[in-house]
Amino acid sequence: MEKILELNQVTKRYDSFELNIDHLTLERGYIMGFIGPNGAGKSTTIKLIMNLVKKDGGKIRLFGLDHVENELAIKERIGFVYDHFPFYDELTADEMKNMIRPFYRRWDEDLFQQYVRNFDLPIKKRIKHFSKGMKMKLALAIALSHHAELLIMDEPTSGLDPLIRRELLEVLQALMEDEKKAVFFSTHITSDLDRVADYITMIDRGRILFSMPKDDLLENYRLVKGSHEILDKMDPALLVGVKRHRFGFEALSNDKKAIQRQLGDAVLLEKPTLEEVMIFSIAGREQNVLSH
Amino acid sequence: MQLLISNTKEEPIYLQIVHQIKEQIIRRTLAEGEPLPSIRSLAKELNISVITTKRAYDELEKEGFIVTVPGKGSFVAPINHAVMREAKLKMVEEKLAEAVIQAKYAGLSLEELTEMLRIIYEEE
Repeated sequence: MEKILELNQVTKRYDSFELNIDHLTLERGYIMGFIGPNGAGKSTTIKLIMNLVKKDGGKIRLFGLDHVENELAIKERIGFVYDHFPFYDELTADEMKNMIRPFYRRWDEDLFQQYVRNFDLPIKKRIKHFSKGMKMKLALAIALSHHAELLIMDEPTSGLDPLIRRELLEVLQALMEDEKKAVFFSTHITSDLDRVADYITMIDRGRILFSMPKDDLLENYRLVKGSHEILDKMDPALLVGVKRHRFGFEALSNDKKAIQRQLGDAVLLEKPTLEEVMIFSIAGREQNVLSH
Repeated sequence: MQLLISNTKEEPIYLQIVHQIKEQIIRRTLAEGEPLPSIRSLAKELNISVITTKRAYDELEKEGFIVTVPGKGSFVAPINHAVMREAKLKMVEEKLAEAVIQAKYAGLSLEELTEMLRIIYEEE
């Protein structure tokens, strides 16, 4: 099937940061969560996809089309929501919408009004009186009202309370009932993805650490806890991000079966959250530097 | 249809769905030919990934409990008595295995456990 989003050998160099994405794809019908610590390259990647920043090398294709050659046609088909919204504070939400609307040939005013009602948006109010959650909902309503096939969101949930975050996630899932659509969603609040994401891609220091179905991740990764003696006898290749404390150790393993085979009941295994996967993976990268 | 999904259980979510739907088919609370929700609406309802629900339906289909008609959706499969009996036996076996683990943990001998089983069986 045609990939809705495809990156190959994409590079971007700054003075103090280098992004290198070998390969990243997303198919229609799925939600991909894009996670990583601050400064890992999440926003840079999204800006490259949107061609807001020029790449140094590689290929980026959206809907099977080159993202520079077909930039306008592609952007008609994308809904874009970023962490800070480029709204004019002095305008009302309605006036703001009327400014944006002419840019989209497929604008659907009825659909927009439907989202306004669902989100309880005070459309006649000036945007400067909007809360952060209301601004996000307005951005989302605008992004969804031109029949976008791909929704790209850069940290849409940062600074929002759990209720509004849950509401947003429900809107995304409702969107996915249409199997032709896809969502690419960067966040450092990984709990948003624990449930709804189909794929998880983790980036760290400008490189993709992994990109896989969330179910595979949660099935194969385990938190491993045990005593120092066991840790000393273990194959270090099975563990990432080992944290040794006075009474034992904690680490992450991406091979639950191997651990069970080798150690059985000698260690405690727990399902990790995405947050723990992220923290331990990054701790693993710094293992040589840190000493516990 | 009733589904209660736990995120903290060791059992993967797709298997929780498989087991619960299977159980309802075996108990006949889900009747033959009854339509199941689409994988996408089930994912939305349960706030879980589409991949999870798809995998659950694939598994149920492979084991012969549901059939999927392209363009129409998934339905509870016509009852196959061999499959059904097999599934029931497996359910009993699983529960017994759990009981055996508990019994060993409590230090019961096989004779004591068999005796206990016999009493419970006759009482029920």
